[in-house]
Amino acid sequence: MNLKLIANVSISLLRARLKQTMVAAIGVTFSITMFITLLSFMSGLNDMLDGLIVNRTPHVRLYKEIKPSKVQPIDNSEHYRNHYNFVSSVKPKNERLDIYNNGTIMKVLNQDPRVLGVAPRITAQVFYNVGAIDLTGVINGVDVDAEARLYFFKDYVTSGNYIDLRNIPNSIVLGKGAAEKMLANIGDVIQVTTSKGERMQLKVVGFFQSGIQDIDKVQSYTSITTAQKLLGEPKSYITDLQIKLKDITKAPAVAKEFQLLFNVDAVDIQTANSQFETGSTVRTIISYAVGVTLLIVAGFGIYNILNMMIYEKMDSIAILKATGFSGKDVNRIFILIALSIGVFGGLLGLLCGFGLTSLVHQIPFNTAALPTVHTFPVNYNSKYYLIGIIFSIITTYFAGYFPSRKASKIDPVIIIRGK
Amino acid sequence: MNTKILEASSISKYFHDPVTIQILKDIKLTVDHGEFVSIIGKSGCGKSTLLYILSTMDTDYEGDLIIDGVSMRNKKEADLALVRNEKIGFVFQFHYLLNEFSVLRNVMLPGLKLDKYKEKEVEERAYQKLKILGIENEALKKPNQLSGGQKQRVAIARALINDPLIIMGDEPTGNLDKKNSEIVFNIFQELSQEYNQALLIVTHDNEFAARTNRIIEMEDGRIIKM
Repeated sequence: MNLKLIANVSISLLRARLKQTMVAAIGVTFSITMFITLLSFMSGLNDMLDGLIVNRTPHVRLYKEIKPSKVQPIDNSEHYRNHYNFVSSVKPKNERLDIYNNGTIMKVLNQDPRVLGVAPRITAQVFYNVGAIDLTGVINGVDVDAEARLYFFKDYVTSGNYIDLRNIPNSIVLGKGAAEKMLANIGDVIQVTTSKGERMQLKVVGFFQSGIQDIDKVQSYTSITTAQKLLGEPKSYITDLQIKLKDITKAPAVAKEFQLLFNVDAVDIQTANSQFETGSTVRTIISYAVGVTLLIVAGFGIYNILNMMIYEKMDSIAILKATGFSGKDVNRIFILIALSIGVFGGLLGLLCGFGLTSLVHQIPFNTAALPTVHTFPVNYNSKYYLIGIIFSIITTYFAGYFPSRKASKIDPVIIIRGK
Repeated sequence: MNTKILEASSISKYFHDPVTIQILKDIKLTVDHGEFVSIIGKSGCGKSTLLYILSTMDTDYEGDLIIDGVSMRNKKEADLALVRNEKIGFVFQFHYLLNEFSVLRNVMLPGLKLDKYKEKEVEERAYQKLKILGIENEALKKPNQLSGGQKQRVAIARALINDPLIIMGDEPTGNLDKKNSEIVFNIFQELSQEYNQALLIVTHDNEFAARTNRIIEMEDGRIIKM
């Protein structure tokens, strides 16, 4: 019951200063709105920028690298085992670039519960022949279906149909930048030369745009069979296995494990692209900092208004205390006032935040670098709404705490005698 | 029925600001059930100070205060609030009604705080008290729509709501004109005679005091006549 009475008194006091109360609540509403919009937008942006890399980068990449052997024959000699051996001018051996036994490896990987999928690839250095000029380039032979499923290949083929790559023999999807240099259109036939001097004519079936210009200027895609033909290699020739994991955070450990298990080179996404994670973290910290600052400012607004209210209602507080309300009751009354401002303003803020976020999501945002994005990216994560409301309650509680404590300590004698 | 409801034994109080002065000196007094007592004295003699100590609002004193057989020394703030709520009714010089609430609600507040009766019953009781004071027709108005005398009567109704052991008044007629003072005095007298209500009223109005059962006269922090 006492709670009901306290609520009753709080509401009456609130209603008596409706305007100030509204101003305080709007302060909270505004800060929560901005907090949610800012975080949704920032995190949408983060997801998009991360997606640029993460979507198309394997979590673990298995490959063979040409490098000098770590073990030289002298190291195997019994006689020189305990010596320091210096060998200068070590050269790499002419090794095969393909992964041995890749069929079996793929079978094992596909059965591994941590692995979401594997896409085989062949990377070939080529020259695009444009009249008398040769442009350097890289052709990736890909398994079109696996690529589409795991790495959103479809999203990045901006013109033409990606599936033609599988269905039309000797076809190629050119990087947008490369196509522009060659003045090649869809349906044209271009000629490429491999590093070994082989020449091949390929039909352009689409353009590829990753959003990273340097890549688009050199990279093109063909099917695995076309790439094998281009290089004159057998059906079993695969140079890369691109693994996507269910949990990206396990990539470093898994990479190490596969490296030993399959005796190949392996690199994980965290090592290959460490700068992206740093960028995301910093952006998130900035948006939280701004949001919290807004809330604290709103908290000061509530503090001021409550303080004013307490000065104004000194008499009322005194008489409540004289007629039997304890300091604790008075404290509760003002805390309740603060909290109701916080909850009301906060909830309204959540709504406005959602509205503003949706509005931002409608703003057109077309950039050549990002073919899949047409409006500002936004992340509607309910986490931000939860944080928003909790923060608004906590800040208003503290904003109300000190004035309430002051009110509860008012000595009725001083006020009543002062009249 | 002649039992002590309030007993002050050797109460002394000092003011420390700006210099230490003893404002009350070894006050001893009792109030019995149904008594109508007034405290008079020149201003500054400590009569109001004494009243605030007797009402438990001021706790900074020496000596002991016993209300209804229970010592008030060493009681916590919340417990003292409860004692005030249940056993003491207040009427001040100024009415101190809350303008946010209706007259009825103002009277009900201490009753709701006590939480002895259901809200409906408290309301019913509040109406009864207003009726005794002849202002039941003003029950739904806001306090700022009433005249000064009416406001003071509402304040008395509020003091009565929990059927207190004693009503304490600090110059309850100090702000009123002759006619309203008379009305308020008559109400006090009626409460004393018909409802056997104990009253302890601080006043500087000797005429008022002369009509009470007992006069306690104070001078320089001492009781000089009981």
